Amino acid sequence: MDWMNAIIQGILLGGLYAMIAAGLSLIFGVMRLVNIAHGDLIILAAYLALTASMLLGLHPLLVLLLVVPMMALFGYVLQRGILNGTLTGDILPPLLVTFGLSVIIQNALLEAYSADPQKLDSGVLDTASMTMGGISIGILPLLMFAVAVAVIAGLQFIFYRTALGRAFRAVSDNQDIAQLMGLNRRHVFGLAMALSLAVVAVAGIFLGMRTSFDPSVGGGRLIFGFEAVIIGGLGNLWGTLVGGVILGVAQSIGGQINPGWQVLAGHVVFLLILAIKPRGLFPRMTD
Amino acid sequence: MSRPSHTVHRSSPASRAAAIFGLIVLAILATAPLWAGRADMRLMSELFLYLALASLWNLLAGYAGLVSVGQQAYVGFGGYVLFALTIFLDIHPILAIGLAAILGAAISVPVALLIFRLRGAYFAIGTWVIAEVFRLGFAQVQALGGGSGTSLPVQVVRSIASGRTMREWTTYWMALGLVVAVLAIVYLFLRSRRGLALTAIRDNELAAGSLGIDIWRSQFIVYVVTGALAACTGALIFLQKLRITPDAAFSVNDWTAFVIFIVVIGGIGTIEGPIIGTLIYFALRETLADLGTTYLIILGVVAIIVMLKAPNGLWGLVRARWGVELFPLSYRVAAPKK
Repeated sequence: MDWMNAIIQGILLGGLYAMIAAGLSLIFGVMRLVNIAHGDLIILAAYLALTASMLLGLHPLLVLLLVVPMMALFGYVLQRGILNGTLTGDILPPLLVTFGLSVIIQNALLEAYSADPQKLDSGVLDTASMTMGGISIGILPLLMFAVAVAVIAGLQFIFYRTALGRAFRAVSDNQDIAQLMGLNRRHVFGLAMALSLAVVAVAGIFLGMRTSFDPSVGGGRLIFGFEAVIIGGLGNLWGTLVGGVILGVAQSIGGQINPGWQVLAGHVVFLLILAIKPRGLFPRMTD
Repeated sequence: MSRPSHTVHRSSPASRAAAIFGLIVLAILATAPLWAGRADMRLMSELFLYLALASLWNLLAGYAGLVSVGQQAYVGFGGYVLFALTIFLDIHPILAIGLAAILGAAISVPVALLIFRLRGAYFAIGTWVIAEVFRLGFAQVQALGGGSGTSLPVQVVRSIASGRTMREWTTYWMALGLVVAVLAIVYLFLRSRRGLALTAIRDNELAAGSLGIDIWRSQFIVYVVTGALAACTGALIFLQKLRITPDAAFSVNDWTAFVIFIVVIGGIGTIEGPIIGTLIYFALRETLADLGTTYLIILGVVAIIVMLKAPNGLWGLVRARWGVELFPLSYRVAAPKK
C-alpha cells in the first residue's frame, strides 16, 4: 500500500513539474530560447504571492488573480526590454543573459526576504484529504494536478486553435517570413514570454502552497522542468505532462526507498531515458 | 628579377613584447614567497585557480561551442578524489592531484557520451543535471562525511611539507604551476591543427562540418581535456580549503557563475579575455565584497550589459580598436620590406 501511495503522490507531483516544464517548452518552441532564470522566476512568483497574501489577507489561490497578470506583464517587458536583444541566432547571448538574470533574481530575493524558508498558508487546503480505496489523497495535490492538466489543455488550445497560436507557430517556423507577412516578431516574442510567465506564476503559487521555498531553490526547479521536457519529447505539450509524471513518480519511489535518493532517483531516470531514447518518449520537434 | 613577396606571420611586435613581459611577470610571481605576505599569497593562489577555471571554460564555450553550466561537477569531483585517495589509500596529496586529472578524464568520457546527445542550450542544462547527480551521489558516501562533508586529516596536510611556511609556499607554487600549464595547454592546443578545426566550428559549425571536420570528435576531446584539468584544479582548490562538503564542492555559483562572468566580461573566445576578466573580477570582489548580495547583483548586471552591448567583452573592444593579439593565434599578411 505504501508503494501505491508513493506512486499516486508522484503522479500528482508530476503535475507541478509539467507546469514548470510547459512554460519552458513554450518559449523554446517559439524563439529557441532556454531561460536559465525560469526556476528563479517561479520562486519570484511565490514570493510575490506571499507578500500579496500577507498584505491583503487573501488566500493564495485568490492572489493568483493578481500575480498572474503581474508576472505576464513582467515577462512582456523583460522580453522586449532585454531578451529580444539576445536573439541573434547564437546560443550564447540568451543563455548568458538569462544566467545573469537568474543570479540577480536570486540575490535580490535574498536581500528582500532573507534565506529563511517560507511557505504560502493555504488554510484548510493544507491538510484536507479524501480517502480512496485505503489511500488518502490530499485535496491540494489533486487540485494542483487538475490545474496542470487545465493549463496544458489551455496552452494546447492557444497554440493550435487561435490567431495568437498561429502567430507563435509562424515565427517558430520562420521568423523572417512571418515578419514579411505582417507579424511583428518582437511583439509576438513578448507575448510568448508573457504567457510563459503567466504559467510560471501559477506554478509558483502551487509550489509555494505545497512545499516551503527559499531564494536558492530556483535552479533545482528549472532542472526538474527541463527533465520533464526532455523525457516527454521536445515540442509536445501532452508529452511534457507525461514527462512530469514520470519524473514525479521516480522521485516519489526513490524517496520511499531512501529519503536521500528522492531527487537522485529522478535524475537517474532522466539520464536512463536520455541514454535509451535521446529525443524523449514523444518527440515532435526536430531540434 | 624576383619581386619581393608578401610574408605570413603569426607573431607580431606586440605579441613578442607580451611574451617577454609575461616571462618577467611569471618570474616575479614565482618569487612571491620572498616579497608577499601570507594573505596576499592565498589571494593570488585563488586568483590563479580561478584563471585556470576561466581559461578552461573559455576553451569549452568560446572555442568548442560547448556551453556548460556544469563544470562544478569536475571541480567537486577533483576535490573529492583528493580527499578519498589521501584518506583511504594514503596516497601523497601531490600525487593525488595528478591522479585527480586522470580520473577526471576517465569520468568525463561516459558523461560526454550521454550528454552530447543534447544540443545547444539543452546541453547546458544537461551538464547541470550531471553536476547535481555528482553532488547528490557524493552526499550519500558516508565514509566522506555524507551531506555534512569532511576535513583533510592533519597527517595528510603535514605530508605535503613539514613546516607551515613551506606548505604554504608549495601550494602557492602548485597553483601558479597549474595556471601556467593550463594557459600553455590552451594556447598550444589552439595553435595546433585541432585548434584550427575548433575555431572553424566556433565560427560556423555547418561550414566546418562540410569541410570534413569531425565536429563530434573535436568537441569530445576538448570536453575530456577540460574535465581532466578542471578536476585537477578542484583538487588544488580543496587542498587549500582543507575541508570539503557536497554543497561547496559542487556549487554552481562558485565554480560556474563567477567563472562565466569572468570570461564574458573579459572577452569570450580569446585567450586574453579570461586573464583580464579574472583581474577585474578580483578587483571588484576585493572592493565590493562587503556589500554581500548587492555585489552579486552588480556582477550580474555588469555581465548582462557586457553581453548586450559588447558581446566580445573588454578584450574584444581592444582587439576591434587596435587589432592587438598578445597570444598570436591568427595569421597576418605582412607587406614586403622595401
